[in-house]
Amino acid sequence: MASPEFATALNMKRSSMSPRTLFSSVMTVITFVCAALALIPLVAVLSYVLINGASSFRLSVFTQLPPAPGLTGGGFGNALVGTFLTVGIASLLSIPFGVLAAIFLAEFYRDTKLAETINFLTNVLSGVPSIVIGAFAYAFVVLATGTFSAVAGGFALAVLMLPTIVRTATESLESVPRDFRQAAIGLGATRFQTTVQIVLPAAIPAIITGVMLALARAAGETAPILFTASTSRYWVRSVWEPTATMARLVFDFATAPYKSQQELAWVGSLVLVALVLVTSILSRWIVRKR
Amino acid sequence: MATSPSQTAMPTERSQSSRVLDKAFVWLTGAFAIGVGFVLLAIAFRVGTDALPAIQKFGLSFLTTSRWSVNDEVFGALTQIYGTLVTSFIALLIAVPIGIGVALFLSEDYLPPRIKQPVVFLIELLAAIPSVVYGLWGIFVLIPLLKPFGIWLNTNFGWIPLFSTAPSGPGIYVAGIILSIMILPIIAAISRDSLVAVPAEIRQAAYGLGATRWETIFQVILPAAFSGIVGGIMLALGRAMGETMAVTMVIGNSNSISPSILSQGSTVSSLLANQFAEAGGLQVSSLMYAALILFGLTLVVNVLAEIIVRRFSLKL
Amino acid sequence: MASELQSARKTETVFRTENLNIYYGDFLAVRDISIEIPKNKITAFIGPSGCGKSTVLRCFNRLNDLIKSFHLDGKLFYHDQDLYAPEIDPVEVRRQIGMVFQKPNPFPKSIYDNVAFGPRLLGYKGDMDELVERSLKQAALWDDIKDKLKAMGTDLSGGQQQRLCIARAIAVQPDVILMDEPCSALDPISTLKVEDLLQELKEKYTILIVTHNMQQASRASDRTAFFNVEANAKGQRTGYIVEYDRTEVIFQSPKEQATQAYVSGRFG
Ligand SMILES: Nc1ncnc2c1ncn2[C@@H]1O[C@H](COP(=O)(O)OP(=O)(O)OP(=O)(O)O)[C@@H](O)[C@H]1O
Ligand SMILES: [Mg+2]
Repeated sequence: MASPEFATALNMKRSSMSPRTLFSSVMTVITFVCAALALIPLVAVLSYVLINGASSFRLSVFTQLPPAPGLTGGGFGNALVGTFLTVGIASLLSIPFGVLAAIFLAEFYRDTKLAETINFLTNVLSGVPSIVIGAFAYAFVVLATGTFSAVAGGFALAVLMLPTIVRTATESLESVPRDFRQAAIGLGATRFQTTVQIVLPAAIPAIITGVMLALARAAGETAPILFTASTSRYWVRSVWEPTATMARLVFDFATAPYKSQQELAWVGSLVLVALVLVTSILSRWIVRKR
Repeated sequence: MATSPSQTAMPTERSQSSRVLDKAFVWLTGAFAIGVGFVLLAIAFRVGTDALPAIQKFGLSFLTTSRWSVNDEVFGALTQIYGTLVTSFIALLIAVPIGIGVALFLSEDYLPPRIKQPVVFLIELLAAIPSVVYGLWGIFVLIPLLKPFGIWLNTNFGWIPLFSTAPSGPGIYVAGIILSIMILPIIAAISRDSLVAVPAEIRQAAYGLGATRWETIFQVILPAAFSGIVGGIMLALGRAMGETMAVTMVIGNSNSISPSILSQGSTVSSLLANQFAEAGGLQVSSLMYAALILFGLTLVVNVLAEIIVRRFSLKL
Repeated sequence: MASELQSARKTETVFRTENLNIYYGDFLAVRDISIEIPKNKITAFIGPSGCGKSTVLRCFNRLNDLIKSFHLDGKLFYHDQDLYAPEIDPVEVRRQIGMVFQKPNPFPKSIYDNVAFGPRLLGYKGDMDELVERSLKQAALWDDIKDKLKAMGTDLSGGQQQRLCIARAIAVQPDVILMDEPCSALDPISTLKVEDLLQELKEKYTILIVTHNMQQASRASDRTAFFNVEANAKGQRTGYIVEYDRTEVIFQSPKEQATQAYVSGRFG
């Protein structure tokens, strides 16, 4: 039996004006507004990039050199090549490094103190600001070789990508069912054989999606490139000279006073955004399919 | 190792070489794994040693003075440290409530799963857009958009030091707002993960006692997810402090400290972005010193975040 | 209004259902439930897994409202009040009709805060310490934990957690307590403690309990409803009540063959 202390509990009728109901409705509206507020900048950024980028888009932007200040036309062919080059160098450095480290963490030392420590350091590394990584690469490569270069840029991007690759590769390897390994080991395979012939092939699709996402992000990174790869107005001839990249070009031309350069900055942004969008959607689609 | 008949029948020589190969492989992977940690050390060490001349010359006054003169070789990064802290603070002020709101929106059953999934994906996409693209958008869209608002703040509330200067376009408040957009997805995603991880039974218990949806959220779900959310906010703070390009493009890059968020300013990362390429001598060392400070700041924040998130994930 | 309901609470029948059909989307989970639940008695729901015992139980405090696809037709009266009438607020319903779940689910808060949670929601003005103590005593947990009220509820043993959940449910002094297999996660000793507790609680409350434990039903309950499940032409497995009577009747001289088979363990 209800005691009088709980008099309010006796009315079961709904009243839309009670403070509790009102509070609930207000809070619900607030969360809806928050969600809308979060989506506005996304829509705004994407639509501006799409509209401004597409309106100045010509196929020749992919094949021509940047215009001299004040001139119209031109493109960013050299920067596109430069981006592929630096990202390629970064991949060569970071993918083997990261995947091997992940094999150790997921296959050989899983759930140990050592693995936990390295995972911790990996997470900390992924939090190091990209501009600091740029400064490190500047000291490590640019000062040592005496020149800005695609190698220096690639090195900086490699450090940047490393934690992502280690993490995605570790997760992919860990998600390979234990049965696979036990079956292989039960057949007398060594750990090397088990890993290389059974586990790695099973994890490869997931690793590739993770690596693709990391690459797409790296292609858009500007801060580590600024004073490592630097920039150039010419086509790449060697990996040991200053190299133009898309991200750097967008930065330079965004802050340039000339209309034709600003237009190229928008087109360049469109290319960078398309790159991340396509890889994100693609990788999501691959993950969904499996 | 299992000794099946077929294995004992194998030539021992081969099994020995394969055993050596096996060992070597484990060692190799181990070397790379430890190498990941070593990279972190190398960054700290290399930036630290290159900063040494400036550390010796300026010591702690580097943190407390704001003169940055290449000609006189006198460097102090107070303006930039101030700018980093203020822009990050503005970013958190905006992004934390909205981010948690988004997380609640996406963790409750407001939307059917078929619509919710794409929305989650869209918000994660915000984090994937390159920072230089945000910067470009900031220059040509956000700055013109915010300018009338800044002028309005200045004319009506100019007596508050916070709004005491006339806005000139770029400025600290623009940088703070663009940072808030960039860290919002981090806060939203991590908070949502921690909210979703709260066991459904607990929610049912609260409903069963006659709690409304929002009483349940505020008194049970949010407290249970609290440490995860705080961890996410810390991660976002680390990101905001280190963010470079977008900030560099909209903050104005002036070396002056003003209490007004409508004034121009600079951050540690924008300083590095602007000066590194053409720097030499003691200036490089001073920039390395600034980079070291930024490294230290973000390191502390990230390690705290990591510890909080870990503690949380162990508990549930 | 309040006095009206208070007098309504005096009816001897707490719940009365008329031809209740319960659906999840198109799926008819339970059909044609017409029963009366008497006041201050323990009513047990037994039956094979998936026959809809939990589904029916959760209709009584409208907890099924949380499931988007859920809907029902037929009538469900609580002291002559139609519980699914449009003007009824499910939140208010749950304050009168408490629930204890299968898995102990204390909040990650202190023992004290767990018990005080409901009263605080209701804006309880009386002596909270006293109410917490009284509830914990009623739930036979007080002696175990009286020195560590500030300890986390989640740190207790499973049996203690379940008694804490019972204390939490009775702290708001509900009219009815619904229990969905409250002992299935407990060891035999804790189970007996909870059963003893039920006998005490029925002095003040009306109790509905779902159980898979035949002995528990026969020992502890006054009334028993035996549920079964039948596949229809479309292959949908719909539950229904085979027999509902005093517990002695169900266990000693059931009218239906199926009941006899189930309670004697020769089922399936
Ligand atoms: N949320 C839901 N959505 C859809 N169908 C459900 C849902 N909950 C239960 N069902 C279905 O309703 C039927 C009855 O389920 P219910 O949980 O009520 O059975 P039960 O008698 O409590 O079983 P058990 O003894 O195993 O707890 C089952 O066929 C189940 O699959
Ligand atoms: Mg059940």
